[in-house]
Amino acid sequence: MSALPLHRRHGVRLSFRYLIAALLVVIFCFPVYWLFIISFKTPDEIFAFPPVWYPESIQFSNYKVLFKDGDAATVGNSLILASVSTFFAMIFGTIAAYSLVRFKTGGENLAVWIISQRMMPPVAIVFPIFLLYVWLGWVDSYFGLIILYTAFSLPYVIWMMRGYIEDIPLELEESALVDGCTRWEVLWKVVLPMARSGLFATAVFTFIFAWNDFLFALVLTRTEVTTYTVQVTHYFGGQSNFWAKIAAMSVLGTIPVFFTVAVMQRYLVRGISMGAVKG
Amino acid sequence: MRAYHEQTMPATAVHPDRNFKYWLLAPAIFLLLLIGLFPLIYSLVVSFMRIDMMDTDTSFAWFYNYKNLFKDGRLWWSLAHTLLITAIALPLELLLGLAMAYLFLEKMPGRQIFISLLVLPTIISPIVAGATWRLLFDNKYGPINQILSWFAGERVNALWTINPTLVYPAIIFCEIWQWTPFMFLILLAALSNVDKSQTEAAEIDGARFLRTFRYIVLPAIWPVMAIAILIRGLDLFRIFDIIWALTQGGPGTKTETISIYAYTQGFKQFETSYTAAIAFLVVFILTVICTWAIRRMGLAK
Repeated sequence: MSALPLHRRHGVRLSFRYLIAALLVVIFCFPVYWLFIISFKTPDEIFAFPPVWYPESIQFSNYKVLFKDGDAATVGNSLILASVSTFFAMIFGTIAAYSLVRFKTGGENLAVWIISQRMMPPVAIVFPIFLLYVWLGWVDSYFGLIILYTAFSLPYVIWMMRGYIEDIPLELEESALVDGCTRWEVLWKVVLPMARSGLFATAVFTFIFAWNDFLFALVLTRTEVTTYTVQVTHYFGGQSNFWAKIAAMSVLGTIPVFFTVAVMQRYLVRGISMGAVKG
Repeated sequence: MRAYHEQTMPATAVHPDRNFKYWLLAPAIFLLLLIGLFPLIYSLVVSFMRIDMMDTDTSFAWFYNYKNLFKDGRLWWSLAHTLLITAIALPLELLLGLAMAYLFLEKMPGRQIFISLLVLPTIISPIVAGATWRLLFDNKYGPINQILSWFAGERVNALWTINPTLVYPAIIFCEIWQWTPFMFLILLAALSNVDKSQTEAAEIDGARFLRTFRYIVLPAIWPVMAIAILIRGLDLFRIFDIIWALTQGGPGTKTETISIYAYTQGFKQFETSYTAAIAFLVVFILTVICTWAIRRMGLAK
Protein backbone atom coordinates (compact mmCIF):
# COMPACT_ATOMS: atom_id res chain seq x y z
CA MET A 1 0.00 0.00 0.00
CA SER A 2 2.67 2.46 1.01
CA ALA A 3 4.24 2.17 -2.42
CA LEU A 4 1.25 3.87 -3.97
CA PRO A 5 1.23 7.65 -4.33
CA LEU A 6 -0.84 9.46 -1.76
CA HIS A 7 -3.82 10.36 -3.94
CA ARG A 8 -4.07 6.77 -5.19
CA ARG A 9 -4.04 5.50 -1.62
CA HIS A 10 -6.79 7.93 -0.80
CA GLY A 11 -8.81 6.71 -3.78
CA VAL A 12 -8.39 3.08 -2.78
CA ARG A 13 -9.48 3.89 0.73
CA LEU A 14 -12.54 5.78 -0.44
CA SER A 15 -13.70 2.99 -2.74
CA PHE A 16 -13.14 0.53 0.09
CA ARG A 17 -15.37 2.69 2.30
CA TYR A 18 -18.04 2.76 -0.40
CA LEU A 19 -17.88 -0.99 -0.72
CA ILE A 20 -18.43 -1.53 3.01
CA ALA A 21 -21.14 1.13 3.08
CA ALA A 22 -22.99 -0.52 0.20
CA LEU A 23 -22.70 -3.89 1.90
CA LEU A 24 -24.12 -2.46 5.12
CA VAL A 25 -27.02 -0.87 3.28
CA VAL A 26 -27.84 -4.21 1.65
CA ILE A 27 -27.74 -6.02 4.99
CA PHE A 28 -29.76 -3.43 6.89
CA CYS A 29 -32.29 -2.72 4.16
CA PHE A 30 -32.88 -6.20 2.81
CA PRO A 31 -35.37 -7.18 5.55
CA VAL A 32 -37.34 -4.01 4.88
CA TYR A 33 -37.25 -4.78 1.15
CA TRP A 34 -38.44 -8.32 1.82
CA LEU A 35 -41.34 -7.10 3.94
CA PHE A 36 -42.47 -4.69 1.24
CA ILE A 37 -42.03 -7.20 -1.56
CA ILE A 38 -44.04 -9.91 0.18
CA SER A 39 -46.94 -7.51 0.55
CA PHE A 40 -47.06 -7.22 -3.26
CA LYS A 41 -46.73 -10.92 -3.99
CA THR A 42 -49.45 -13.35 -4.98
CA PRO A 43 -49.92 -16.39 -2.72
CA ASP A 44 -48.14 -18.53 -5.29
CA GLU A 45 -45.11 -16.28 -5.15
CA ILE A 46 -45.11 -16.12 -1.36
CA PHE A 47 -45.22 -19.88 -0.96
CA ALA A 48 -42.74 -20.68 -3.67
CA PHE A 49 -39.63 -22.74 -3.17
CA PRO A 50 -36.98 -21.52 -3.74
CA PRO A 51 -38.13 -18.03 -2.67
CA VAL A 52 -39.05 -15.47 -5.30
CA TRP A 53 -36.64 -12.54 -4.95
CA TYR A 54 -38.78 -10.04 -6.79
CA PRO A 55 -42.39 -10.41 -7.94
CA GLU A 56 -43.29 -10.53 -11.61
CA SER A 57 -45.82 -7.79 -11.21
CA ILE A 58 -46.84 -5.47 -8.41
CA GLN A 59 -50.37 -6.24 -7.32
CA PHE A 60 -52.40 -4.77 -4.49
CA SER A 61 -54.85 -7.52 -3.61
CA ASN A 62 -53.22 -8.06 -0.21
CA TYR A 63 -53.99 -4.46 0.66
CA LYS A 64 -57.49 -4.57 -0.80
CA VAL A 65 -58.37 -7.40 1.57
CA LEU A 66 -57.21 -5.36 4.56
CA PHE A 67 -59.34 -2.41 3.52
CA LYS A 68 -62.36 -4.57 2.69
CA ASP A 69 -62.27 -6.38 6.06
CA GLY A 70 -61.75 -3.11 7.90
CA ASP A 71 -58.38 -4.23 9.33
CA ALA A 72 -56.73 -1.17 7.81
CA ALA A 73 -58.74 1.00 10.21
CA THR A 74 -56.31 -0.04 12.95
CA VAL A 75 -53.73 2.21 11.30
CA GLY A 76 -56.23 5.04 11.76
CA ASN A 77 -56.50 4.13 15.45
CA SER A 78 -52.72 4.26 15.80
CA LEU A 79 -52.70 7.60 14.03
CA ILE A 80 -55.31 9.11 16.37
CA LEU A 81 -53.65 7.75 19.51
CA ALA A 82 -50.11 8.72 18.51
CA SER A 83 -50.86 12.21 17.24
CA VAL A 84 -53.26 13.28 20.00
CA SER A 85 -50.99 11.94 22.74
CA THR A 86 -47.97 13.60 21.13
CA PHE A 87 -49.86 16.89 21.03
CA PHE A 88 -50.70 16.79 24.73
CA ALA A 89 -47.32 15.45 25.79
CA MET A 90 -45.62 18.30 23.95
CA ILE A 91 -47.82 20.95 25.56
CA PHE A 92 -47.74 19.62 29.11
CA GLY A 93 -44.10 18.59 28.85
CA THR A 94 -42.88 21.88 27.44
CA ILE A 95 -44.61 24.08 29.99
CA ALA A 96 -43.42 21.78 32.76
CA ALA A 97 -39.86 21.98 31.43
CA TYR A 98 -40.17 25.76 31.26
CA SER A 99 -41.20 25.85 34.89
CA LEU A 100 -38.29 23.61 35.87
CA VAL A 101 -35.73 25.65 33.96
CA ARG A 102 -36.83 29.22 34.62
CA PHE A 103 -38.24 28.98 38.10
CA LYS A 104 -36.28 25.97 39.37
CA THR A 105 -39.60 24.65 40.66
CA GLY A 106 -39.07 21.76 43.07
CA GLY A 107 -35.33 22.08 42.66
CA GLU A 108 -33.13 19.30 41.34
CA ASN A 109 -35.13 16.62 43.18
CA LEU A 110 -38.28 17.09 41.15
CA ALA A 111 -36.36 16.95 37.88
CA VAL A 112 -34.61 13.76 38.93
CA TRP A 113 -37.91 12.20 40.02
CA ILE A 114 -39.48 12.99 36.66
CA ILE A 115 -36.56 11.52 34.72
CA SER A 116 -36.49 8.42 36.89
CA GLN A 117 -40.07 7.72 35.80
CA ARG A 118 -38.68 6.86 32.40
CA MET A 119 -36.60 4.03 33.79
CA MET A 120 -39.71 2.19 34.89
CA PRO A 121 -40.07 -0.90 32.71
CA PRO A 122 -43.46 -1.01 30.96
CA VAL A 123 -44.04 -4.57 32.08
CA ALA A 124 -43.80 -3.56 35.73
CA ILE A 125 -46.24 -0.74 35.22
CA VAL A 126 -48.64 -2.27 32.70
CA PHE A 127 -50.20 -4.71 35.10
CA PRO A 128 -51.13 -2.20 37.80
CA ILE A 129 -52.34 0.16 35.09
CA PHE A 130 -54.51 -2.59 33.72
CA LEU A 131 -56.07 -3.07 37.16
CA LEU A 132 -56.57 0.67 37.48
CA TYR A 133 -58.13 0.92 34.02
CA VAL A 134 -60.53 -1.94 34.65
CA TRP A 135 -61.62 -0.18 37.80
CA LEU A 136 -62.07 3.15 35.99
CA GLY A 137 -63.65 1.58 32.91
CA TRP A 138 -60.96 2.98 30.61
CA VAL A 139 -59.97 -0.30 28.94
CA ASP A 140 -60.39 -0.24 25.15
CA SER A 141 -61.03 3.50 24.98
CA TYR A 142 -59.17 6.19 23.07
CA PHE A 143 -59.18 8.33 26.18
CA GLY A 144 -57.43 5.74 28.31
CA LEU A 145 -54.65 5.04 25.84
CA ILE A 146 -54.11 8.72 25.04
CA ILE A 147 -53.68 9.49 28.73
CA LEU A 148 -51.30 6.58 29.06
CA TYR A 149 -49.12 7.48 26.07
CA THR A 150 -49.09 11.14 27.09
CA ALA A 151 -47.97 10.29 30.60
CA PHE A 152 -45.39 7.83 29.37
CA SER A 153 -43.83 10.33 26.98
CA LEU A 154 -43.75 13.16 29.50
CA PRO A 155 -40.42 12.38 31.18
CA TYR A 156 -38.74 12.23 27.77
CA VAL A 157 -40.35 15.47 26.58
CA ILE A 158 -39.51 17.31 29.79
CA TRP A 159 -35.96 15.99 29.73
CA MET A 160 -35.39 17.07 26.12
CA MET A 161 -37.19 20.40 26.29
CA ARG A 162 -35.27 21.35 29.41
CA GLY A 163 -32.10 21.31 27.34
CA TYR A 164 -33.60 23.36 24.54
CA ILE A 165 -35.18 25.97 26.83
CA GLU A 166 -31.92 26.45 28.73
CA ASP A 167 -30.41 27.65 25.45
CA ILE A 168 -32.94 30.47 25.05
CA PRO A 169 -31.46 33.77 26.24
CA LEU A 170 -33.27 35.11 29.29
CA GLU A 171 -33.03 38.74 28.05
CA LEU A 172 -35.58 38.05 25.32
CA GLU A 173 -38.16 36.97 27.84
CA GLU A 174 -37.37 39.83 30.18
CA SER A 175 -37.76 42.42 27.47
CA ALA A 176 -41.09 40.87 26.47
CA LEU A 177 -42.22 41.18 30.10
CA VAL A 178 -41.13 44.81 30.18
CA ASP A 179 -43.12 45.38 27.00
CA GLY A 180 -46.22 44.33 28.89
CA CYS A 181 -46.66 40.71 27.87
CA THR A 182 -48.20 38.40 30.44
CA ARG A 183 -46.25 35.33 31.42
CA TRP A 184 -48.45 33.13 29.25
CA GLU A 185 -47.84 35.45 26.32
CA VAL A 186 -44.09 35.28 26.88
CA LEU A 187 -44.33 31.51 26.82
CA TRP A 188 -46.47 31.50 23.70
CA LYS A 189 -44.80 34.26 21.70
CA VAL A 190 -41.16 34.06 22.77
CA VAL A 191 -40.28 30.67 24.23
CA LEU A 192 -42.17 28.34 21.90
CA PRO A 193 -40.97 29.94 18.64
CA MET A 194 -37.41 29.98 19.94
CA ALA A 195 -37.57 26.27 20.88
CA ARG A 196 -39.17 25.33 17.56
CA SER A 197 -36.56 22.92 16.23
CA GLY A 198 -36.34 21.25 19.62
CA LEU A 199 -40.11 20.91 19.72
CA PHE A 200 -40.16 19.20 16.33
CA ALA A 201 -37.30 16.84 17.12
CA THR A 202 -38.90 15.83 20.41
CA ALA A 203 -42.34 15.48 18.85
CA VAL A 204 -41.03 13.06 16.21
CA PHE A 205 -39.69 10.71 18.86
CA THR A 206 -42.77 11.03 21.02
CA PHE A 207 -44.92 10.18 18.02
CA ILE A 208 -42.78 7.19 17.08
CA PHE A 209 -42.85 5.88 20.64
CA ALA A 210 -46.65 5.89 20.75
CA TRP A 211 -46.89 4.64 17.18
CA ASN A 212 -44.60 1.67 17.79
CA ASP A 213 -46.04 0.67 21.14
CA PHE A 214 -47.25 -2.88 21.38
CA LEU A 215 -47.39 -4.00 25.01
CA PHE A 216 -49.76 -1.32 26.31
CA ALA A 217 -52.03 -1.67 23.30
CA LEU A 218 -52.05 -5.45 23.64
CA VAL A 219 -53.13 -5.26 27.26
CA LEU A 220 -55.45 -2.26 27.18
CA THR A 221 -57.36 -2.67 23.92
CA ARG A 222 -59.94 -5.24 22.90
CA THR A 223 -61.80 -4.47 19.69
CA GLU A 224 -62.61 -0.78 19.54
CA VAL A 225 -59.19 0.88 19.49
CA THR A 226 -56.94 -1.97 18.36
CA THR A 227 -53.69 -0.51 17.05
CA TYR A 228 -51.94 -1.78 13.96
CA THR A 229 -49.16 -3.41 16.00
CA VAL A 230 -51.73 -5.57 17.79
CA GLN A 231 -53.49 -6.28 14.51
CA VAL A 232 -50.26 -7.60 12.96
CA THR A 233 -49.94 -10.21 15.70
CA HIS A 234 -53.51 -11.36 15.09
CA TYR A 235 -52.29 -12.94 11.85
CA PHE A 236 -49.77 -15.21 13.53
CA GLY A 237 -51.16 -18.69 13.50
CA GLY A 238 -49.86 -21.88 15.00
CA GLN A 239 -49.63 -23.78 11.72
CA SER A 240 -50.16 -21.34 8.90
CA ASN A 241 -49.24 -17.69 9.15
CA PHE A 242 -51.18 -15.24 7.07
CA TRP A 243 -48.02 -13.98 5.46
CA ALA A 244 -49.58 -11.65 2.96
CA LYS A 245 -51.64 -9.96 5.68
CA ILE A 246 -48.71 -9.74 8.10
CA ALA A 247 -46.61 -8.05 5.43
CA ALA A 248 -49.29 -5.72 4.08
CA MET A 249 -50.42 -4.65 7.55
CA SER A 250 -46.80 -4.05 8.62
CA VAL A 251 -46.17 -1.93 5.54
CA LEU A 252 -49.32 0.11 6.16
CA GLY A 253 -48.10 0.73 9.69
CA THR A 254 -44.55 1.52 8.64
CA ILE A 255 -45.23 4.00 5.83
CA PRO A 256 -46.48 6.82 8.11
CA VAL A 257 -43.31 6.55 10.20
CA PHE A 258 -41.05 6.56 7.14
CA PHE A 259 -42.95 9.56 5.89
CA THR A 260 -42.69 11.43 9.20
CA VAL A 261 -39.00 10.70 9.46
CA ALA A 262 -38.34 11.73 5.85
CA VAL A 263 -40.08 15.06 6.37
CA MET A 264 -38.53 15.68 9.77
CA GLN A 265 -35.10 14.28 9.02
CA ARG A 266 -32.97 17.26 9.86
CA TYR A 267 -34.73 17.60 13.21
CA LEU A 268 -34.44 13.90 13.85
CA VAL A 269 -30.69 13.54 13.67
CA ARG A 270 -30.30 16.65 15.76
CA GLY A 271 -32.80 15.27 18.25
CA ILE A 272 -30.91 12.03 18.73
CA SER A 273 -27.54 13.68 19.16
CA MET A 274 -28.82 16.57 21.28
CA GLY A 275 -30.71 14.21 23.56
CA ALA A 276 -27.60 12.21 24.16
CA VAL A 277 -25.20 15.12 24.44
CA LYS A 278 -27.41 17.17 26.73
CA GLY A 279 -28.29 14.16 28.87
CA MET B 1 -54.78 41.48 30.98
CA ARG B 2 -54.19 45.11 31.78
CA ALA B 3 -55.28 44.61 35.36
CA TYR B 4 -52.81 41.78 35.65
CA HIS B 5 -50.03 44.05 34.55
CA GLU B 6 -50.99 46.74 37.01
CA GLN B 7 -50.57 44.39 39.95
CA THR B 8 -46.93 45.46 39.88
CA MET B 9 -45.75 42.26 38.33
CA PRO B 10 -42.02 41.76 38.80
CA ALA B 11 -40.15 42.13 35.56
CA THR B 12 -37.53 39.45 36.06
CA ALA B 13 -37.86 35.71 36.16
CA VAL B 14 -36.26 35.63 39.56
CA HIS B 15 -39.45 36.82 41.26
CA PRO B 16 -42.19 35.22 39.22
CA ASP B 17 -45.88 35.34 39.81
CA ARG B 18 -46.31 32.93 42.70
CA ASN B 19 -48.68 30.37 41.27
CA PHE B 20 -47.67 30.56 37.63
CA LYS B 21 -44.82 28.07 37.92
CA TYR B 22 -47.05 25.56 39.66
CA TRP B 23 -49.78 25.89 37.06
CA LEU B 24 -47.21 25.03 34.41
CA LEU B 25 -46.21 21.86 36.20
CA ALA B 26 -49.65 20.75 37.36
CA PRO B 27 -50.83 18.76 34.32
CA ALA B 28 -47.53 16.89 33.95
CA ILE B 29 -47.30 16.05 37.63
CA PHE B 30 -50.93 14.98 37.75
CA LEU B 31 -50.46 12.58 34.82
CA LEU B 32 -47.22 11.19 36.19
CA LEU B 33 -48.83 10.54 39.55
CA LEU B 34 -51.90 8.97 37.95
CA ILE B 35 -50.01 6.69 35.53
CA GLY B 36 -46.69 6.32 37.32
CA LEU B 37 -47.00 6.46 41.06
CA PHE B 38 -50.61 5.50 41.78
CA PRO B 39 -50.54 2.13 39.97
CA LEU B 40 -47.24 1.35 41.64
CA ILE B 41 -48.64 1.91 45.11
CA TYR B 42 -51.81 0.09 44.21
CA SER B 43 -49.90 -2.94 42.99
CA LEU B 44 -47.65 -2.86 46.04
CA VAL B 45 -50.76 -3.34 48.13
CA VAL B 46 -52.03 -6.08 45.81
CA SER B 47 -48.69 -7.87 45.95
CA PHE B 48 -49.21 -8.42 49.67
CA MET B 49 -52.54 -10.13 49.06
CA ARG B 50 -53.42 -13.44 47.43
CA ILE B 51 -55.60 -12.49 44.48
CA ASP B 52 -55.77 -14.82 41.50
CA MET B 53 -58.40 -15.97 39.03
CA MET B 54 -60.13 -18.25 41.52
CA ASP B 55 -59.67 -16.27 44.65
CA THR B 56 -60.49 -12.60 45.07
CA ASP B 57 -59.76 -12.63 48.78
CA THR B 58 -58.36 -9.24 49.72
CA SER B 59 -56.99 -10.12 53.13
CA PHE B 60 -53.29 -9.61 53.58
CA ALA B 61 -50.88 -12.49 53.12
CA TRP B 62 -47.88 -10.19 53.45
CA PHE B 63 -44.73 -11.74 52.02
CA TYR B 64 -46.37 -14.91 50.76
CA ASN B 65 -45.85 -13.97 47.09
CA TYR B 66 -42.36 -12.69 47.65
CA LYS B 67 -41.35 -15.95 49.30
CA ASN B 68 -42.71 -17.79 46.30
CA LEU B 69 -40.56 -15.73 43.99
CA PHE B 70 -37.47 -17.42 45.37
CA LYS B 71 -38.88 -20.90 44.76
CA ASP B 72 -39.99 -20.11 41.22
CA GLY B 73 -37.41 -21.67 38.88
CA ARG B 74 -39.17 -20.40 35.77
CA LEU B 75 -38.82 -16.83 37.00
CA TRP B 76 -35.06 -17.12 37.54
CA TRP B 77 -34.63 -18.81 34.19
CA SER B 78 -36.50 -15.98 32.53
CA LEU B 79 -34.21 -13.54 34.29
CA ALA B 80 -31.19 -15.53 33.06
CA HIS B 81 -32.53 -15.47 29.48
CA THR B 82 -32.97 -11.70 29.71
CA LEU B 83 -29.42 -11.21 30.96
CA LEU B 84 -28.04 -13.57 28.33
CA ILE B 85 -29.65 -11.59 25.50
CA THR B 86 -28.51 -8.29 27.02
CA ALA B 87 -24.95 -9.51 27.61
CA ILE B 88 -24.53 -10.62 24.00
CA ALA B 89 -26.54 -8.04 22.08
CA LEU B 90 -25.40 -4.91 23.90
CA PRO B 91 -21.61 -5.20 23.31
CA LEU B 92 -22.19 -6.27 19.70
CA GLU B 93 -24.47 -3.31 19.03
CA LEU B 94 -21.95 -1.01 20.61
CA LEU B 95 -18.95 -2.31 18.66
CA LEU B 96 -20.79 -2.50 15.35
CA GLY B 97 -22.28 0.94 15.88
CA LEU B 98 -18.86 2.33 16.68
CA ALA B 99 -17.27 0.74 13.62
CA MET B 100 -20.05 2.12 11.43
CA ALA B 101 -19.68 5.55 12.99
CA TYR B 102 -15.96 5.50 12.13
CA LEU B 103 -16.77 4.43 8.58
CA PHE B 104 -18.98 7.46 8.03
CA LEU B 105 -17.01 9.92 10.14
CA GLU B 106 -15.08 11.42 7.26
CA LYS B 107 -17.02 13.23 4.56
CA MET B 108 -17.83 11.26 1.45
CA PRO B 109 -20.24 12.04 -1.37
CA GLY B 110 -23.66 10.50 -0.72
CA ARG B 111 -22.93 10.09 2.98
CA GLN B 112 -26.30 11.47 4.05
CA ILE B 113 -28.19 9.03 1.83
CA PHE B 114 -26.29 6.08 3.27
CA ILE B 115 -27.04 7.25 6.79
CA SER B 116 -30.74 7.71 6.06
CA LEU B 117 -31.00 4.20 4.63
CA LEU B 118 -29.11 2.64 7.51
CA VAL B 119 -31.43 4.20 10.06
CA LEU B 120 -34.55 2.52 8.64
CA PRO B 121 -34.50 -0.53 10.96
CA THR B 122 -34.51 1.62 14.09
CA ILE B 123 -37.62 3.58 13.22
CA ILE B 124 -39.86 0.64 12.39
CA SER B 125 -41.88 -0.82 15.22
CA PRO B 126 -40.19 -3.67 17.13
CA ILE B 127 -43.25 -5.84 16.60
CA VAL B 128 -42.98 -5.28 12.84
CA ALA B 129 -39.24 -6.00 13.03
CA GLY B 130 -40.01 -9.28 14.77
CA ALA B 131 -42.71 -10.12 12.23
CA THR B 132 -40.34 -9.33 9.36
CA TRP B 133 -37.64 -11.59 10.71
CA ARG B 134 -40.19 -14.30 11.29
CA LEU B 135 -40.86 -14.19 7.55
CA LEU B 136 -37.13 -14.09 6.79
CA PHE B 137 -36.34 -17.00 9.09
CA ASP B 138 -39.02 -19.32 7.74
CA ASN B 139 -37.35 -22.64 7.15
CA LYS B 140 -38.83 -23.25 3.71
CA TYR B 141 -40.06 -20.01 2.17
CA GLY B 142 -37.71 -17.61 3.91
CA PRO B 143 -34.66 -16.20 2.13
CA ILE B 144 -32.17 -16.77 4.96
CA ASN B 145 -32.03 -20.54 4.62
CA GLN B 146 -31.88 -20.03 0.87
CA ILE B 147 -28.85 -17.76 1.11
CA LEU B 148 -27.18 -20.17 3.53
CA SER B 149 -27.83 -22.97 1.04
CA TRP B 150 -25.83 -21.12 -1.60
CA PHE B 151 -22.83 -21.05 0.69
CA ALA B 152 -23.31 -24.53 2.03
CA GLY B 153 -23.78 -26.03 -1.41
CA GLU B 154 -26.70 -28.10 -0.16
CA ARG B 155 -30.20 -27.39 1.08
CA VAL B 156 -30.23 -25.86 4.55
CA ASN B 157 -33.38 -26.49 6.55
CA ALA B 158 -32.70 -24.67 9.81
CA LEU B 159 -35.76 -24.19 12.03
CA TRP B 160 -34.68 -20.81 13.37
CA THR B 161 -37.59 -20.04 15.67
CA ILE B 162 -38.17 -23.61 16.86
CA ASN B 163 -34.75 -25.20 17.27
CA PRO B 164 -33.55 -24.45 20.84
CA THR B 165 -29.94 -23.89 19.77
CA LEU B 166 -30.81 -21.56 16.88
CA VAL B 167 -33.52 -19.50 18.52
CA TYR B 168 -31.14 -17.29 20.51
CA PRO B 169 -28.97 -16.40 17.52
CA ALA B 170 -32.21 -15.57 15.67
CA ILE B 171 -33.48 -13.25 18.41
CA ILE B 172 -30.11 -11.60 18.94
CA PHE B 173 -29.62 -11.13 15.21
CA CYS B 174 -32.97 -9.39 14.91
CA GLU B 175 -32.24 -7.25 17.96
CA ILE B 176 -28.83 -6.22 16.63
CA TRP B 177 -30.26 -5.49 13.21
CA GLN B 178 -32.84 -3.17 14.68
CA TRP B 179 -30.78 -1.29 17.24
CA THR B 180 -27.24 -1.06 15.88
CA PRO B 181 -28.28 1.94 13.73
CA PHE B 182 -29.42 3.70 16.90
CA MET B 183 -25.97 3.25 18.47
CA PHE B 184 -24.43 4.25 15.16
CA LEU B 185 -26.30 7.58 15.00
CA ILE B 186 -25.51 8.53 18.58
CA LEU B 187 -21.85 7.56 18.31
CA LEU B 188 -21.50 9.31 14.96
CA ALA B 189 -22.76 12.52 16.56
CA ALA B 190 -20.37 12.02 19.48
CA LEU B 191 -17.36 11.29 17.27
CA SER B 192 -18.09 14.32 15.10
CA ASN B 193 -17.73 16.49 18.19
CA VAL B 194 -14.29 15.19 19.09
CA ASP B 195 -11.61 17.81 18.60
CA LYS B 196 -9.86 16.81 15.36
CA SER B 197 -6.63 18.67 16.06
CA GLN B 198 -5.93 16.40 19.05
CA THR B 199 -6.38 13.12 17.22
CA GLU B 200 -4.36 14.40 14.27
CA ALA B 201 -1.56 15.53 16.55
CA ALA B 202 -1.46 12.08 18.15
CA GLU B 203 -1.32 10.42 14.74
CA ILE B 204 1.55 12.63 13.64
CA ASP B 205 3.38 11.65 16.81
CA GLY B 206 3.04 8.09 15.58
CA ALA B 207 0.44 6.91 18.07
CA ARG B 208 -1.37 3.76 17.05
CA PHE B 209 -5.10 3.94 16.34
CA LEU B 210 -5.99 2.00 19.47
CA ARG B 211 -3.90 4.25 21.70
CA THR B 212 -5.40 7.37 20.19
CA PHE B 213 -8.84 5.89 20.70
CA ARG B 214 -8.18 4.83 24.27
CA TYR B 215 -6.62 8.06 25.51
CA ILE B 216 -8.14 10.80 23.38
CA VAL B 217 -11.35 9.70 21.66
CA LEU B 218 -12.88 7.50 24.35
CA PRO B 219 -12.70 10.06 27.17
CA ALA B 220 -14.29 12.60 24.82
CA ILE B 221 -17.21 10.44 23.72
CA TRP B 222 -17.69 8.58 27.00
CA PRO B 223 -20.49 10.74 28.46
CA VAL B 224 -22.59 10.19 25.34
CA MET B 225 -21.59 6.57 24.98
CA ALA B 226 -22.45 5.82 28.59
CA ILE B 227 -25.95 7.20 28.16
CA ALA B 228 -26.42 5.20 24.96
CA ILE B 229 -25.32 2.04 26.78
CA LEU B 230 -27.65 2.80 29.66
CA ILE B 231 -30.65 3.44 27.39
CA ARG B 232 -30.04 0.31 25.34
CA GLY B 233 -29.30 -1.77 28.41
CA LEU B 234 -32.60 -0.78 30.00
CA ASP B 235 -34.44 -1.46 26.75
CA LEU B 236 -32.85 -4.88 26.40
CA PHE B 237 -33.74 -5.73 29.98
CA ARG B 238 -37.40 -5.14 29.19
CA ILE B 239 -37.29 -6.86 25.78
CA PHE B 240 -40.77 -8.06 24.85
CA ASP B 241 -42.02 -7.17 21.36
CA ILE B 242 -39.37 -8.85 19.22
CA ILE B 243 -39.58 -12.08 21.19
CA TRP B 244 -43.35 -11.98 21.19
CA ALA B 245 -43.37 -11.73 17.41
CA LEU B 246 -40.64 -14.31 16.84
CA THR B 247 -41.24 -17.04 19.40
CA GLN B 248 -43.71 -15.93 22.08
CA GLY B 249 -41.16 -17.27 24.55
CA GLY B 250 -40.99 -20.69 22.91
CA PRO B 251 -40.00 -23.36 22.22
CA GLY B 252 -41.55 -24.27 25.57
CA THR B 253 -40.23 -21.60 27.91
CA LYS B 254 -36.79 -21.56 26.29
CA THR B 255 -36.79 -17.87 25.30
CA GLU B 256 -39.05 -16.54 28.01
CA THR B 257 -37.68 -13.22 29.26
CA ILE B 258 -38.76 -11.49 32.43
CA SER B 259 -41.26 -9.34 30.54
CA ILE B 260 -42.77 -12.30 28.70
CA TYR B 261 -43.00 -14.27 31.94
CA ALA B 262 -44.66 -11.43 33.82
CA TYR B 263 -47.12 -10.99 30.96
CA THR B 264 -47.97 -14.71 30.96
CA GLN B 265 -48.49 -14.77 34.71
CA GLY B 266 -50.66 -11.68 34.71
CA PHE B 267 -52.74 -12.02 31.59
CA LYS B 268 -52.83 -15.74 30.86
CA GLN B 269 -52.70 -17.30 34.33
CA PHE B 270 -54.41 -14.32 36.01
CA GLU B 271 -52.08 -14.57 39.00
CA THR B 272 -52.83 -10.99 39.99
CA SER B 273 -50.95 -10.75 43.27
CA TYR B 274 -48.02 -12.84 42.12
CA THR B 275 -47.54 -10.70 38.99
CA ALA B 276 -47.53 -7.60 41.13
CA ALA B 277 -44.74 -9.15 43.17
CA ILE B 278 -42.77 -9.92 39.99
CA ALA B 279 -43.23 -6.33 38.89
CA PHE B 280 -41.70 -5.16 42.15
CA LEU B 281 -38.80 -7.53 41.79
CA VAL B 282 -38.13 -6.00 38.36
CA VAL B 283 -38.39 -2.46 39.70
CA PHE B 284 -36.01 -3.38 42.50
CA ILE B 285 -33.43 -4.96 40.18
CA LEU B 286 -33.57 -2.03 37.77
CA THR B 287 -33.20 0.52 40.53
CA VAL B 288 -30.12 -1.28 41.82
CA ILE B 289 -28.60 -1.61 38.34
CA CYS B 290 -29.33 2.00 37.42
CA THR B 291 -27.96 3.43 40.63
CA TRP B 292 -24.84 1.32 40.26
CA ALA B 293 -24.44 2.13 36.57
CA ILE B 294 -24.94 5.85 37.01
CA ARG B 295 -22.37 5.99 39.80
CA ARG B 296 -19.95 3.68 38.02
CA MET B 297 -20.13 5.48 34.72
CA GLY B 298 -19.60 8.80 36.41
CA LEU B 299 -22.84 10.20 35.12
CA ALA B 300 -24.01 11.57 38.43
CA LYS B 301 -23.95 15.32 38.20
